[in-house]
Amino acid sequence: MMGAFERIKVMLGADPQKPTEFTPEAKEIHSLKRMTKADFEAQKQHARDHKLMTNKWRNRRWAVLLFTNLLFTFSFWLDIQLLEGALTASRFAGFHLIDLNSALQVMLAHKHIIVNLFIGTATVFVLWAALGGRSFCSWICPYHLVAEWCEWIHLKLVEKKLITDHEFHRGSRTIFWLLFSLMALVSGYTVFETISPTGILSRALVYGPSLALGWVILLLIFEVLYSRRAWCRYVCPIGLTYGMVGAISPLRVQYRLENCFHEGDCRKVCLVPHVLDVVIKGRAADKHMAIGPDCTRCGLCVDVCPSGALVFDVKGLSKLL
Amino acid sequence: MSDHEKPAVKRPAAPVRKQANRRKFIRSAVLAGGMVGLSLLGYIPVANARKPRMRPPGALEEHDFLSSCIKCGQCVQVCPVAAIKLDDIDHGFGIGVPYIDSRKQACDFSCDAVQCILACPTGALTYTKPMFADLREGMKLSRAPVLKAKEKDAEPTLNLKERTGVARLSRPEACLAVLGKGFKGQARGADFKGRMRYMDVDRWKPIAVRDHPYERDICDLCVTECPIKDAIKLQETVGADGVKRYLPVVLEQCVGCGVCEMICPVESTAIVVDERKAWGA
Repeated sequence: MMGAFERIKVMLGADPQKPTEFTPEAKEIHSLKRMTKADFEAQKQHARDHKLMTNKWRNRRWAVLLFTNLLFTFSFWLDIQLLEGALTASRFAGFHLIDLNSALQVMLAHKHIIVNLFIGTATVFVLWAALGGRSFCSWICPYHLVAEWCEWIHLKLVEKKLITDHEFHRGSRTIFWLLFSLMALVSGYTVFETISPTGILSRALVYGPSLALGWVILLLIFEVLYSRRAWCRYVCPIGLTYGMVGAISPLRVQYRLENCFHEGDCRKVCLVPHVLDVVIKGRAADKHMAIGPDCTRCGLCVDVCPSGALVFDVKGLSKLL
Repeated sequence: MSDHEKPAVKRPAAPVRKQANRRKFIRSAVLAGGMVGLSLLGYIPVANARKPRMRPPGALEEHDFLSSCIKCGQCVQVCPVAAIKLDDIDHGFGIGVPYIDSRKQACDFSCDAVQCILACPTGALTYTKPMFADLREGMKLSRAPVLKAKEKDAEPTLNLKERTGVARLSRPEACLAVLGKGFKGQARGADFKGRMRYMDVDRWKPIAVRDHPYERDICDLCVTECPIKDAIKLQETVGADGVKRYLPVVLEQCVGCGVCEMICPVESTAIVVDERKAWGA
C-alpha cells in the first residue's frame, strides 16, 4: 500500500513504485477486468455513451482564480478595501493573510517573526490545509492560468511536430526549494521573490505593469517552445510548500478503480501525471485511492474521465453522508 | 501484471533509456544552475545602488528592510497622497519594495497616524524597532515630533521615533530666500501632480499643490509647509552689501519626510533630503 510517506517521496521527485500488496477488493476488480477484449470494449463504449465531456471544474476554477485576483485589483482601484495587498501578503476584511512561501522566505532572511506575520501565516496554513494545499496553485495563482493557456499552444505545436517536449527531473524542484531557503537564510535577502512570477504578476495586476513582466514572458516562451509547464513542474518552490500542506489535507481527488478503463486521458491533461500513476492498469493497491499531495486539485482529470473514475472527495465526509 | 508477487528485481535500463536519462539529468542541472544564477543576479543592483532609496517612515535599516519586506504593497494602498511606489525588477532583491521619490510626491503625514507602518504585516515598517535591529547614532529623534496639523489636539505628536533622513540646503546659491527674493504663483508649475494636505482647506482631503498658489515677499515655503514643528527655520543674515537675506536652517526635529524638497519652487530644487542620513553625520 502506498502510504502518506511514499506519496510525499513521489512529490519530492521519486518515481512512483508498483504496489507489492493489494487489498482483496482491489485484487477482485483487477481480475474481473481480465475479460475478453470485446467485452471490455463494449463496457467502455457503454460508459462513454453515458458521460458527456464537460469543462465544469475548469470553468469553476478559472472563475475563482479570476475573481480572486481581480478582487485584489479592484480593492485598490475602486478603494473597496476588501482584499488589500498582493498575493504575497494581504488583508481580507482586515484579517492578515500571508503566503506561506513568502512568509518562509522573509522568516529565513530576517530571522524575526512579528505577531501579525505569524497570525497571517497560520491563517493561510489552516486555510490551505483544509482546502487541499496545492489547490492554491490551480485555483489562485495567476501564473498558473497564463501557463495553462500557453500549455495549450505548446501542445498544438507538439501535435504538429514543430517542437518536442523536454522533460526535466522532477527532483529539481526539491533542490530549488532547498537552495532558495538556504540562500534566504545565508544572504538575508528574499532571493526567490526576485524571480517569482506569482509575486510579479500579482503585483502587476494591482499596481500596474512592470519591467518584471518581461521575465514572466520569457518563462512562458520557454514553456511554449521547450518544456511543458516547466516552471510549475520543475522549479516553483511555492508549489512544493503548498504541497507539504496538502499532504495533510482531507480535500483531494479520489480514484475509483471499479469505474476505470485505464485509457490514460487523465494522465495526458495532468500537470503532475506522476500522481496518477495509480490509474495505470494493475497499479491500484486498493479499490479507492487518494491522489497524492502534489495534485493541484485542478479537476482537469475529473472533467476528462469518461467513466467517473476520478472524483473530488473530502476524507471522512463521504463516509459521514 | 502478475509479477507483483515476486520480489522486485530492477532490470538494467536499455542503452537508449540510459542516454535519455543522462540527458535529462544534465538538462536539470543546467536548469538549476540557470535559475539560481539568475535569481542571484538580483544582488548586483543592491550592491551597486549609486543613490540610496528613500524608504517610507518607520523603515528598518536597508538590509533588514529588504529582508523583512514581503513585497505586498499594502503601504502603497493606504497612503492618502500616494507617495509610496514599488521598485521594479531592475532593483534586483529590491523588487516590489516600497520607496518614496520626495521631489515627485513627498510624505506630508496627512494620514496623521503613519498608516503605512500600521499596514505593514511583517514589521519592515515599524513603530518600535526590534532589539536586534541596529540603529545608527543620530537616527533616533530627541523627542516625539509634533505634527503642526495636530498641534491643538490633546496628543499632538506623531508616532514616529526615528528619522528616515535629514534635509540639506544643497544649492544655497539658487535658494530664493538666500537671494532675498520672494515667490508668487504655483510652487511647482501647472503640470505638477503632487498633492498636499492644507489644514485651512480640508484636514482630511489632500489637494493638488498647483491648486494652492502662494504669494510670499521672502520665499519661506520649505519652512511654512514643513509638517513638523521645529524642524526647519529661516535665519536672518545681513550681507556685506547690507541687504537682508534669509538662510533655511534644518533643525534636529527634521524627520526626513521630504516636503521641503517637493515644495521648493526652484528648478532643480535648492533643498534635498539625504536619504537614511543620521543627524550630525
